[in-house]
Amino acid sequence: MLLKHTPAEVVERSALTINPAKTCMPIGAMYASLGIHGCLPHSHGSQGCAAYHRSMLTRHVREPVMAATSSFTEGSSVFGGQANLLAAIENIFTIYDPEVIAIHTTCLSETIGDDMNQIITKAREDGKVPDGKFLLHANTPSYVGSHVTGFARMARAMVDYFSEHTKRNYDQVNVVPGWVEPSDMRELKRLVAEMNLQCVLFPDLSDVLDAPQTGRMQMYPRGGATVAQIRDAGNSVVTLGLGPTASALAVQGLDAKCKVQGHVMELPIGLRATDRFIASLRRINGGAVPDSITAERGRLVDIITDWHQYFYGKRVALVGDPDQLVALSEFLVDLDMLPMYVITGTPGKNFEERMAKVLGDRAGRAVVKQGPGADQFYLHQLIKNDRPDLLIGTTHCKYMARDEDLPLLRFGFPNIDRCGHTYFPTVGYRGAMRLLEKMLDLFLDRKDRDAPEEQFELVL
Amino acid sequence: MSDIPSAAEVKTELLEAYPKKVRRKRELQVVVNDPAAPPEVGANSRTIPGIITQRGCAYAGCKGVVLGPTRDIVQITHGPIGCGYYSWLTRRNQTRPNELGPENYMPYAFSTDMQEQEIIFGGEKKLKAAVEEAYRIFKPRAIAICSTCPVGLIGDDVHAVAREMKEKLGINVFGFSCEGYKGVSQSAGHHIANNQFFKHVVGQSDRPVEGRYKINLLGEYNIGGDSFVIEDLFARCGFTLVATFSGNACYEDMANSQQADLNLVMCHRSINYMAQMMETKYGIPWLKINFIGAKSTASSLRKMGQYFGDPELAERVEAVIAEEEAKIAAVRAEVRGRCEGKLAMLFVGGSRAHHYQDLFADIGMKTISAGYEFAHRDDYEGRRVLPTIKVDADSRNIEELEVAADPAAYRLRKTEEEKAELAAAGLRLGDYEGMMPQMERGALVIDDINHHESEKLIARYKPAVFCAGIKEKFAVQKMGVPCKQLHNYDIGGPYAGFAGAANFYREIDRLVNTSIWKLIQPPWEAEEA
Repeated sequence: MLLKHTPAEVVERSALTINPAKTCMPIGAMYASLGIHGCLPHSHGSQGCAAYHRSMLTRHVREPVMAATSSFTEGSSVFGGQANLLAAIENIFTIYDPEVIAIHTTCLSETIGDDMNQIITKAREDGKVPDGKFLLHANTPSYVGSHVTGFARMARAMVDYFSEHTKRNYDQVNVVPGWVEPSDMRELKRLVAEMNLQCVLFPDLSDVLDAPQTGRMQMYPRGGATVAQIRDAGNSVVTLGLGPTASALAVQGLDAKCKVQGHVMELPIGLRATDRFIASLRRINGGAVPDSITAERGRLVDIITDWHQYFYGKRVALVGDPDQLVALSEFLVDLDMLPMYVITGTPGKNFEERMAKVLGDRAGRAVVKQGPGADQFYLHQLIKNDRPDLLIGTTHCKYMARDEDLPLLRFGFPNIDRCGHTYFPTVGYRGAMRLLEKMLDLFLDRKDRDAPEEQFELVL
Repeated sequence: MSDIPSAAEVKTELLEAYPKKVRRKRELQVVVNDPAAPPEVGANSRTIPGIITQRGCAYAGCKGVVLGPTRDIVQITHGPIGCGYYSWLTRRNQTRPNELGPENYMPYAFSTDMQEQEIIFGGEKKLKAAVEEAYRIFKPRAIAICSTCPVGLIGDDVHAVAREMKEKLGINVFGFSCEGYKGVSQSAGHHIANNQFFKHVVGQSDRPVEGRYKINLLGEYNIGGDSFVIEDLFARCGFTLVATFSGNACYEDMANSQQADLNLVMCHRSINYMAQMMETKYGIPWLKINFIGAKSTASSLRKMGQYFGDPELAERVEAVIAEEEAKIAAVRAEVRGRCEGKLAMLFVGGSRAHHYQDLFADIGMKTISAGYEFAHRDDYEGRRVLPTIKVDADSRNIEELEVAADPAAYRLRKTEEEKAELAAAGLRLGDYEGMMPQMERGALVIDDINHHESEKLIARYKPAVFCAGIKEKFAVQKMGVPCKQLHNYDIGGPYAGFAGAANFYREIDRLVNTSIWKLIQPPWEAEEA
């Protein structure tokens, strides 16, 4: 047993988190920053933060994840990090020549109270920002929120720093995709284009964190939302914010600053959430849905009708980020599956209400827990008391899955032991098809493994 | 070799893009080697802000490197959630629970998940509660508390909490002030970890250990199972391993490690403090060894035999070496045929950039450039330069323990005369000659290399393989050059000892002869060209 010290009996904990179901804000800010074209993320803190975040993101995407750090010493922790940040800005523009430096803070710089607006103003006044180059920043103290809210704050910072309203473009829609994979961002852009609309999607990690192998290292790959695009987001007719936890802040920012009407919705994972995403686009494009999308939807529904017997009644434990959990749960309910445990370490408003809404009459039979005490250790204890048929979560869940002999569908961040998530989307109808395929493979491989010889079947 | 550019020329190219202040500093950290008289390396100095460095922090060096591999100490990270999360199972330290240490908490991450209210009002109360909860659920024999950046800033006294909890719970509880901003790299964290292990763990047990040739292995962390290979060699030669710091280690072994008669130092950078302090307090000499590379493993085992001076032991050592050599000679010869003369670069750690040169040498590959991420001058130039190292403000803040001989437990293992005799016979105790005397004249030695320099270096030398870590891996490979991770071994290994050497030969053969590198260019682009 890998987690042999986990007792089935749940003891209330007030202070100790064990096997967390979240990580800290700055990594989310770094991830989002990489979705700006030509951007070098910068971690204003001890260099260990940047090292940990780059390592974890790199394991997840298996791509270069470039980021700089203020490399605080004990001296800068006492006297403030201004000198380090000013030096960093000068060095970065001279040596690495990005178009943008996206600065995020850490628990260290926030605890000592570095004033980012003041330091950035000083950098500009001192001539450390070359013409045509940009700085932006987000405050991401690690002792608040989680990696998802760090992403949300950096997405918002993009709006605050760059978006401008000059002339409304009624054919252009903004998509704030939430913390999803490069593959998902690419798929979302495809869907908007299929719906015959122009799209500003930011942050955009496609063609950044899924860059092709060409034998040439590009410090700034061709992808990412350009500053010009994010500026132009202020002219769009509507902003669709996918996943309230990760995207609502940016949507609100565009509304407040540029009067772009905002619509925050659940991530388009699964059938009905994608239907709603398409419906939102229809309200802008005049109502037309191309046959290609209708056919995609039809193929998805076809798989569900063809294979329903293997989904029906399956009990599922889920752990991950709020936006993903809500959308996935709704999809599971549409498959007549039963979300049993839904756990996220990310704090924030409305999660339980959102879950209750998608669970409907199943809500009473599910344990939904968020924030302090909602960790993988707690989930494991629940599982020991009443076993699900499927576990959906991040790579860390593999220890539980092996101990309890549960099939594990890897979903969300981080996935550091399997290939595919950065290349094959799980959003939209096509993404839902991929999720179905993955779940079926898990269930049916297990059926083939566990069936007594006389019940072993050729056709399933 | 005439087509290889000169090191001095490349050095200039590496540094020319820098602002003046950066260039002045980097000039001291990029040097052209002279093995007979290694030039001074500006090592263990501050990382330049804004530079894309390989380095991590003191917490990573303490909790991640030294403390992490110990399976039966509940290690609570006191701070916001990130640090505990990122150091959760990411270092591949393998462990095998046994009767002395049946518990294994390594698959668990423990954190106080500090929130804003603790930053404002202090986190000691939550920390105490967390320690008590950990005790209530797990009943461990020891609990360690690792501090993250805000802890020191807000003034939480983790050591006072540890003392109070030790008293209250009746188990060993100790703290580490390894805030990330301490020192200039992971290195500060190693030192802090050594200090606290020495103060709070070593000597806590007094269990008699059977065996004639009792040793500790210091600075071996069992990445990918390296320790298991080494343990097997020790057992077959007749050495009794008391404790490893800290690969495959359990608390009881470490608490009883003062029983050993020789300390072996594998990673000099991360553990030499422990070796020094144990010699002063208990009279145990230390010997620098290296179990990476077949030749180095054989020579290390022979030195250990020589130390104990028993001909029968030396004979067993020779028998084991002969047996192991026979098993790997064929694969080495085969791989050498395909790799001989190719170029390697190594930029990692505080010892591996040195140790792994021996493995490349085994298969005829040449290390054209190497450097450490967080080492000090003595790791480059040898311990002889120790008296000349200037202690700067960053190092001065790391506690130096005052250690004296323990009146009860001190036992002189070798007199000065015996040490001198051994030295005359070629066995220098308590010494490490560093990386540079072993490297070729004209090789480029680069301390704390960064992305800009790596990219230039690769473009100039076009090495067959570049060794670094996860952050560098995919950037290097995007340049069309295979990158071997020497922190986590790319989920491979073990690479220690003879069996591990064979694994490494095959792995390097795979990397430098991977078919896909020849197929990167689309055929239509090749036609155009």
